[in-house]
Amino acid sequence: MTYFPEEVVEHIFSFLPLHSDRNTVSLVCRVWYEVERLSRRAVFVGNCYAVRPERLVQRFPNVRTLTVKGKPHFADFNLVPPDWGGYAGPWIDAAARSCMGLEELRMKRMVVLDENLELLARSFPRFKALVLISCEGFSTDGLAAIASHCKLLRELDLQENDVDDHGPRWLSCFPDSCTSLVSLNFACIKGEVNPGALERLVARSPNLRSLRLNRSVSVDTLSKILVRTPNLEDLGTGNLTDESESYLRLSSALEKCKMLRSLSGFWDASPICVPFIYPLCHHLTGLNLSYTPTLDYSDLTKMISRCVKLQRLWVLDCISDKGLQVVASSCKDLQELRVFPSDFYVAGYSVVTEEGLVAISSGCPKLSSLLYFCHQMTNEALITVAKNCPNFIRFRLCILEPKKPDAITNQPLDEGFGAIVRECKGLRRLSISGLLTDKVFMDIGKYGKQLEMLSIAFAGDSDKGMMHVMNGCKNLRKLEIRDSPFSDVALLGNVAKYETMRSLWMSGCNVTLKGCQVLATKMPMLNVEIMNELDESSEMEENHGDPSRVDKLYVYRTTAGARNDAPDFVKIL
Amino acid sequence: MADVESCLKATELRLGLPGTEETTAAAAALPTPPSTPRGKKRDGNIAADEAAKKRDGETAPPAAKQATVFEVLTRVETTFVSSCRAQVVGWPPVRSYRKSKPAPAEEKAPAAAATATAAAGALFVKVSMDGAPYLRKVDLKMYKGYRELREALEAMFLCFSGGAADTPSVNPSDFAVTYEDKDGDLMLVGDVPFDMFISACKRLRIMKGSEARGLGSVKNN
Repeated sequence: MTYFPEEVVEHIFSFLPLHSDRNTVSLVCRVWYEVERLSRRAVFVGNCYAVRPERLVQRFPNVRTLTVKGKPHFADFNLVPPDWGGYAGPWIDAAARSCMGLEELRMKRMVVLDENLELLARSFPRFKALVLISCEGFSTDGLAAIASHCKLLRELDLQENDVDDHGPRWLSCFPDSCTSLVSLNFACIKGEVNPGALERLVARSPNLRSLRLNRSVSVDTLSKILVRTPNLEDLGTGNLTDESESYLRLSSALEKCKMLRSLSGFWDASPICVPFIYPLCHHLTGLNLSYTPTLDYSDLTKMISRCVKLQRLWVLDCISDKGLQVVASSCKDLQELRVFPSDFYVAGYSVVTEEGLVAISSGCPKLSSLLYFCHQMTNEALITVAKNCPNFIRFRLCILEPKKPDAITNQPLDEGFGAIVRECKGLRRLSISGLLTDKVFMDIGKYGKQLEMLSIAFAGDSDKGMMHVMNGCKNLRKLEIRDSPFSDVALLGNVAKYETMRSLWMSGCNVTLKGCQVLATKMPMLNVEIMNELDESSEMEENHGDPSRVDKLYVYRTTAGARNDAPDFVKIL
Repeated sequence: MADVESCLKATELRLGLPGTEETTAAAAALPTPPSTPRGKKRDGNIAADEAAKKRDGETAPPAAKQATVFEVLTRVETTFVSSCRAQVVGWPPVRSYRKSKPAPAEEKAPAAAATATAAAGALFVKVSMDGAPYLRKVDLKMYKGYRELREALEAMFLCFSGGAADTPSVNPSDFAVTYEDKDGDLMLVGDVPFDMFISACKRLRIMKGSEARGLGSVKNN
């Protein structure tokens, strides 16, 4: 191979789509390392603290797509204190210095400031796509900078970010010369947008395929927009609260969108809007009604029963078991289902239980991805589900009451989850809940050979539980545990394992400062971060070796050493 | 042990309190982090939390003298509020983005309504009761303390509590008064000083039936 010209080697590498494969070939020899790094177009950084940004951009100067993830997953549920870290600044700074060709930036759970967005907007002449998911720290002023300066912008995708609203000006910052938009998602923007500016922007974006509006956009504005977007494939509506006349206009506009396959939004949707959506239903492959507590079981089922090609459905649990039965009999192609808990005040309404899940599993054999919040579960149901749907890749079950046993037998749910891991040989992600003993971990360790991410809450009896997982799950990358009785014994039982994983999170468990210190000493390539929210963080330094319990522990492998942006309450051992 | 057990039973029915001593103690030790990642909100919540912690040491609020439907709640609060006060943080695991999504009508309205009601001096919140066909509204500013509020709620909802005319002896252990605070979390009424409660309370919910059963079980001990 060394006799091939480098261009040929580079061409061969271009057929390797997976990051892991490209990483592997770069280890073969110095020549291949050089060829690979200079031709690498996309880099994925799963943990922003695993590598220094400067190091990364120096190695891959020609990168075009950069993806960086920041805070641990449990930050979504407020378990990570604010100001913990995950700053986008250093990444954008480093890229601005070394990667002039950057075209796409994707960030998840990071703190992005307006000044970072301003630098981004001015630094990369070919910048095309910005995707921010669950980020915070910026305002609509930062978006204004992006709109103003990114002349080739194709994609601005803002998913579930916490954005400070400084008014509607930002949308008007897209210059008249900007006609390249393909995807625009501002559903998470809290404030109003100027309807006229929005309509004009859409009118000059002939390539628009995906448009997700925010709550402030009225039905009327939506109707006017849709007339301009006959090729739209994915639509997130604004609010759907208007009077019936507006819906007639909307209906005729929707009829023109023959390519529409995915719907979301439905903010505050009043039931009168439902029949106007019917003409679309037959073609829909994706439907997200999970922000719409205003539609009840009967409205939902009227809509969903017509969505015979549906592959992805997100709903609230007010759909009830009965509604899920309708889904099961109508949506035979269903691959992904998410059932979120409603507002807790919907008093007396039906909820979802194991029955709904069993119905779905028997009606939808292609189901591979599940997120299911429910009030109760049984082993029998889970065993049935496992038999019906052996193709699960993601199985996340959240029984709302912690440690709740089998609703009929009062036994732990070990058997049920055991059946899931046993039958679903391709399972990559699992979240367990309810009453669980060490037995379930035995099964997870024994059968979860493809498992990459495991989330544990209020489960297990002893350290053996965690040990089964650490020793058995060969492909485990992320392990997150809360409020389970695992101690230093489990933490230190297989320290070499942490080098093969991205990260470990433990909160509300029984690990102590001493145990963490031992881990840090044995494994210098890990950052061992402990967070105790008490103000006595300085006390810990005095009481060196104090066996006090550690509230929150985050361990991750890194080549970057201890980070220098940690706040006071984070101690890195 | 009885107290802890009733504590456990009571917590079982709460939205997410774990059932072990250990985790209860752990949960109680954890101050409640804010639901938004911003620093500003954090300070407010810590202040509320510290105030609540102080209250644990203070004398219990005066128990209702009359045999009201909600009498047991006062006793329930005073006996276990200090050990089982903390709501489980981050449970159920729903993104805070998803939880704190008030309707824009409500979002604009608080700005408008706040100015309107602030001017008028009233603080109306919705009150729902499980199984009742419609909701009511109460003006929180009308009441000087928890006792008065409870009496008013009782008067409003007695007609719905399982057919009061037929079965006058409604089981008090079947009710729990909860409220939704600014962060969207479901809280038991009575933990914090009344004026703090007023400023945080966005709506009230009276839970009955199986969800509330354990909360009254303290009475049986």
